[in-house]
Amino acid sequence: MLEINNLHVKLEEDDKVILKGVNLKVEAGKVHAIMGPNGSGKSTLSYVLSGRDGYEVTDGSATLDGVELLEMEPEERAAAGLFLAFQYPVEIPGVGNMTFLRTAVNAQRKARGQEEMSAGEFLKVVREKAKALKIDAEMMKRPVNVGFSGGEKKRNEILQMAMLEPKMCILDETDSGLDVDAMKLVAEGVNALRDEGRAFLVITHYQRLLDHIKPDVVHIMADGRIVKTGGPELALEVENNGYAGILAEVL
Amino acid sequence: MAVAEAKRNAAEARLSALALPQGGWTGVARAEALARLRAMGLPGRRDEYWRYTDPATLVQAEAAHAALFDPQDEPMVFTSFDRVKVVFVDGVFDPAQSDDLEAAGVELLSRQTADIHWAQSLYGVLETRGQTPVQRPLAALNTAAATEGVLIRVTGKAAKPVSLIYLHKSETSDAILHHCVKLEEGAELTLLENGPAAARFNKVLEVEVADGARFHHIRTQGRDHERRAVTHIFARLGRESLFKSFTLTANGVLTRNEAVIELTGDDAVAHVAGAAVGDGDFHHDDTVFVTHAAERCESRQVFKKVLKNGAVGVFQGKILVKPGAQKTDGYQISQSLLLDDHSQFLAKPELEIYADDVKCSHGSTSGAIDETALYYLRSRGVPLRQAQSLLVLAFLAEAIQEIEDEALAEDIRSRLESWLARHGQ
Repeated sequence: MLEINNLHVKLEEDDKVILKGVNLKVEAGKVHAIMGPNGSGKSTLSYVLSGRDGYEVTDGSATLDGVELLEMEPEERAAAGLFLAFQYPVEIPGVGNMTFLRTAVNAQRKARGQEEMSAGEFLKVVREKAKALKIDAEMMKRPVNVGFSGGEKKRNEILQMAMLEPKMCILDETDSGLDVDAMKLVAEGVNALRDEGRAFLVITHYQRLLDHIKPDVVHIMADGRIVKTGGPELALEVENNGYAGILAEVL
Repeated sequence: MAVAEAKRNAAEARLSALALPQGGWTGVARAEALARLRAMGLPGRRDEYWRYTDPATLVQAEAAHAALFDPQDEPMVFTSFDRVKVVFVDGVFDPAQSDDLEAAGVELLSRQTADIHWAQSLYGVLETRGQTPVQRPLAALNTAAATEGVLIRVTGKAAKPVSLIYLHKSETSDAILHHCVKLEEGAELTLLENGPAAARFNKVLEVEVADGARFHHIRTQGRDHERRAVTHIFARLGRESLFKSFTLTANGVLTRNEAVIELTGDDAVAHVAGAAVGDGDFHHDDTVFVTHAAERCESRQVFKKVLKNGAVGVFQGKILVKPGAQKTDGYQISQSLLLDDHSQFLAKPELEIYADDVKCSHGSTSGAIDETALYYLRSRGVPLRQAQSLLVLAFLAEAIQEIEDEALAEDIRSRLESWLARHGQ
């Protein structure tokens, strides 16, 4: 589904190179995790894939179902089925959460040549999905992420994912700032979306999220490259021994 | 005193181009206004109060040419509301397009009927009060020279909003309208205004809101690019009364909207808000003066401007808290969203407080569109232009929220959306 080849990226403003040849292949139906120390380029990878400004791709490619992502606008990538759950969800004062969601859902449907969802139909679906994530009506009325707690923001990201039904979901440190209960709720939301046609790329520092979202493949990222790939046991190794051992072995 | 002389000369030149209405029940008020104007002269660029807005084209004897604007297939605002329509074409009342005014209790200034003694205590009276501490010569000119206007006295809850519709058909029209509205104790009225009015428009609205009365004012100023307008609202509020005014300005080469509001009864509430969107040759000036002269009153000034391609926004807002106006709650915010580096926002917020137990806050900001929010919206599949439009509307939301009636607010929002769509936002 997602195929990244030899991806090199530097910051636009200074000449700092962040990604130095990332290779990654994620198959449909699978959950891949990326772990790695701070500054290894995990978040940059997620931003570059979703089309954030400020990065320059100097080499390589990233395709979704064979279509090059890196040349698309962010909204085109979303319409193509890519979704990034943000590490720091953005607050948008003045835009109601419900309006935001409905605008996004209908914009994607329109881009795919589907009919827009009626207000009634949308409301029915969103209520059901919000309930599962313990997002109440009050939160839907408030401006996007404004005054939300850390946990509420992350749940709101998962709600967006559930409504938009992307095929490739990237979760950027979705566990950061969450207590155990909130993390379980988020993980349940993610697990409910797992199916044959959908893939996940879960970026995290810690093993604990992976206790709830069981990965098929675990990658270790360091210094802008995937340096090791293995099964779920790799995450446990990190948890027990830290990154130092693995990095010493591969670098 | 060369400056004062130049100002007086400008007034004489302007007056010489006008046919001043004489006699009738407004005769005395007009004569007094003329004397006030002659003493003050008309404003020039060197007046402190006109520092950010050049009054030359508002002052000059003849109105500058203003091409008619084609709104294409877009309907005007307020069309879906049940209302009493009063139509003016280039400042001239048009009975054919208007509803039955008599049935609605609306009088015309030009009709010299007898039963307007209430208006006699209002016409030019609030304007005169509004001349201190700051001179407003263009309002005095209006009182002296207005050719038409409505006189509305409400004693209960008005059955329908009164809707003043200003059509612009002549490229050189120069309209001067003066309206008086009196809300008696406990009365309630919604006044709507829309349309560009004329090539040049000078309008005064005097509003007396008696104890416990509620006045709602919502206006849009028309999308004609070349029109020029100077408007004044003079309002006096009684005990526990409410005054709410919202203005949407889209386009217009020059607009100066002054609001002069006096809270004279305890526990009164005055909110004045504006949303302005300008693209290119657009200069928009909100000048507001709120005087707290009673206890426990609340005032809010909320002004938002979206500017692009060299558009200029001005805000001069003042809260004056008089001695004894304890427990005053005053709030003032003026903000601009600058969509490029060529546009400009000039703000002069002022507080002057002579009471020791008050709460007053003010803020003023200028900023660009939030790139992170834009990226976030786009990452969810919202196309760039739609995302920008959402963020612009979000920026304006605080001003639009000042409209209490949700259906009217929605009408204003959809008007804004269509403007944004036309202007590539």
